[in-house]
Amino acid sequence: MNQRNGAPEVIRAEHISKRFGPVNALTDVNLWVRRGEILGLIGDNGAGKSTLIKILTGFHQPDTGGLLFEGEHVQLRSVSHARSLGIETVFQDLAMVNDLPVYLNLHLNKEPVHTPLPFLKRREMKRRAREALDSIGIDIPSVTAEVGQLSGGQRQAIAVARSVYSNAKLLLLDEPLAAMGAKEGGLILRLLQQLKQRGDISIILIAHNYSQIVDVCDRVNLLQHGAITFDKPTKDTSVAELLELVHAEYRINQN
Amino acid sequence: MTDALTGRHTRQTDPTTGKPPPGRAASVASSLIRVKELSILLVTIAAGIYFSLTNAGFNSTENYHTIAQYVAPWAIVAAGQVMLLICGEIDLSAGFVFTLSPFLLIGFNHAGVPLFWSLIAALLISAVIGTANGLIRTVFGLPAFITTLGMAFLLQGLALILSGGSPVSAPTEGWVVTWFGRGPWTEFAWALVIVAVMQVVLSASRFGIYTQASGGNPVAAAESGIRINRVKVINFALTSTLAGLAGILQGTRVGSYDPTNGGFNTMFFAVAAAVIGGTALLGGSGTVVGAFLGALLLGIVYDGFNLTGINASAFPLVLGIAILIAMLLNVYLTLLRKRMSSPRGH
Repeated sequence: MNQRNGAPEVIRAEHISKRFGPVNALTDVNLWVRRGEILGLIGDNGAGKSTLIKILTGFHQPDTGGLLFEGEHVQLRSVSHARSLGIETVFQDLAMVNDLPVYLNLHLNKEPVHTPLPFLKRREMKRRAREALDSIGIDIPSVTAEVGQLSGGQRQAIAVARSVYSNAKLLLLDEPLAAMGAKEGGLILRLLQQLKQRGDISIILIAHNYSQIVDVCDRVNLLQHGAITFDKPTKDTSVAELLELVHAEYRINQN
Repeated sequence: MTDALTGRHTRQTDPTTGKPPPGRAASVASSLIRVKELSILLVTIAAGIYFSLTNAGFNSTENYHTIAQYVAPWAIVAAGQVMLLICGEIDLSAGFVFTLSPFLLIGFNHAGVPLFWSLIAALLISAVIGTANGLIRTVFGLPAFITTLGMAFLLQGLALILSGGSPVSAPTEGWVVTWFGRGPWTEFAWALVIVAVMQVVLSASRFGIYTQASGGNPVAAAESGIRINRVKVINFALTSTLAGLAGILQGTRVGSYDPTNGGFNTMFFAVAAAVIGGTALLGGSGTVVGAFLGALLLGIVYDGFNLTGINASAFPLVLGIAILIAMLLNVYLTLLRKRMSSPRGH
């Protein structure tokens, strides 16, 4: 992990704040991720994790503060804009259309078309979908199966594959393991480790299972009341410390 | 390592574990049964056979022409309505665009605009009406049901005012008249062309995929960068334009533009055709060809009972029962098809 200390930053958020009416979702967030690094983002429900992810992905715009992507200031105007830069998200709701087959979901809003008549290149999409799934070791029986007929783990794997496959530089995973059994969750974690081996993709992982965070992440950040209050390499921390941090806050809130 | 991801052995995906893999013949049968429109096609054929056997006059060119005349306007309006239903919307005002557009055409024509350009202008105004529906729906967030219901009454009133409440005779001369309804089978030919084009748009273009994604999972569609509001507005405009064209074709074929044509009746037949043809009322899935088959089934049943000579009062009763039976059969066949074509089965 040390070799990544010298790697350039992919994204840096500086003094990000965001209000929704009377709710201060984020007050002052500073966060960065290096190339090839997996950053674990933890925090209680309502700490602002999802809001932060949605800002990093262009879905929301911050009220104040700014973003640097690969060292340059950017204002993410939209999800499409963020995607064009290489920022990809796997949202909590999976962003899968159940009525569409696997290969169309993998290409959603990026469908290749013929010229001059813009018909969909279905055969090419099926072939590329098969390749994308094979290349990261996801075994789906048929790329023409409707996503609604697959299991939670399969859908999550497809969502991850979609992001990787689209040449993402920064992958944002919002609780990818939430709706999953231990076995399927383990597969997704192995998938992330496999991606880390490639070294060209950075990941921000939101999860509630701290042992998974410690297992797979290089560094962990704690988001509390709209600000990052803790930042350590995972080798210098432990599940016990992370639990203590979150629970300490919980006890204070109780009193 | 990946067997959990194959889903072969997970609880959610394999309730039919232990089923032997189907043989070659069975796999051909199952690939055939995967075709979404198969169940409605079977029901339509069954209805055709029933009326062929019970009515001597059913199998004649004249009667086929009659059926085609029933089917064409429903199929054209349904071609748009399907797109709207798939993206999670509905247009209750389409039937009154159908009513209004011929009077727009005749208005322009009487003002000295050549017939063809009057027709184009009427279609453009139809498109503007649809765009208005779509913008009210998406910008102000009113439900489509309310938006288009209001628009329906507004347009009904407009059609009555423009027509003075009584029918006017349609233009009878020129190539425009021949091509747009007057020539035998032209109305049906338009329906076939429109159904084919819209099916290609739905299943072979990016816009079609966006339409399905916008209804199937609007959040996912938006998150992937699809501009779902624009997709919806375009589909509203499309539906309205097609309804306008259908109204002109129908009126021109009959030779008179009537302010009592179209309306909720036409709109509901189109929606019924779409739903009978397998379109989900809650959006996400459906096909234009399915809606066409739905319209064909309605046309055959409508025509069949007309031939049988059921008295006028009993007619809607019998038609309603027939639609319900056809729908139940269709739903049952669809369930059967899904059970057989599920990837878990083999």
